[in-house]
Amino acid sequence: MKLMLPCSEVTRLVSQGLDRRLGLSERVALRVHLAMCEGCGNFERQMKLLREAVRQLAEAEGPRDTGPHST
Amino acid sequence: MPLPIDFHAQLEGQRDYLLRYATLQLRDSDRAEDCVQETLLAALAGGAGYDGRSSLRTWLTGILKHKIVDAIRRSNREPATALEPEGDASEFDTLFDPRGHWAQAPMAWERPDSALERSQFLAALEACLEQLPARTARAFMMREHMGLETEEICKELGISATNCWVMMYRARMALRLCLERTWK
Repeated sequence: MKLMLPCSEVTRLVSQGLDRRLGLSERVALRVHLAMCEGCGNFERQMKLLREAVRQLAEAEGPRDTGPHST
Repeated sequence: MPLPIDFHAQLEGQRDYLLRYATLQLRDSDRAEDCVQETLLAALAGGAGYDGRSSLRTWLTGILKHKIVDAIRRSNREPATALEPEGDASEFDTLFDPRGHWAQAPMAWERPDSALERSQFLAALEACLEQLPARTARAFMMREHMGLETEEICKELGISATNCWVMMYRARMALRLCLERTWK
């Protein structure tokens, strides 16, 4: 594997890293890239936020009843 | 051990949550309603199996997940659902230049920290989810909302692991682009 991955490939690896355990060389290549590339670093944080948010969705009020409940 | 008298009321108190949970996954209020009904009946029948170690909501959600997977399995057997193009997620290639660098790099999102921001972010997310193609959304929600492992999703949807990863990638890329427009 090349030392410096293109960002397009990094986005695929970041996504797969949420679904399977990446191999050692994949993890190293990812860390190297993320340490140097701000755009991909932001991408990875966005993916983590996305995961956190989806897990909270059921706890949140639905879009159709976001207003205060009158009693 | 006899069931507590208010067990039935406690179950009913979880109905709205369970219905929302099921609807997020199934995108079909009738099917969601059926799953919740089956869950509450199963909970009543097997109430003695609730040992109180987990919260009632957690216990019920565990039952509901099985009912939802059953419903997904049943709907998979229906021939009517039009197939979406599987593809290879090459539609996102235009986000990158020919050397694979970002054409427009992702910006840092403000973390939604206050309760108001959180609810706004979740509402934006939910609107973006509704724009995903049905099959992609179903697989993505099985993974991220229900927390199933890739292997289980592959088995239930009859797809390969590679195909599953591509679907997750598409869903995440599409949601990110959508949120970038509607969040900041």
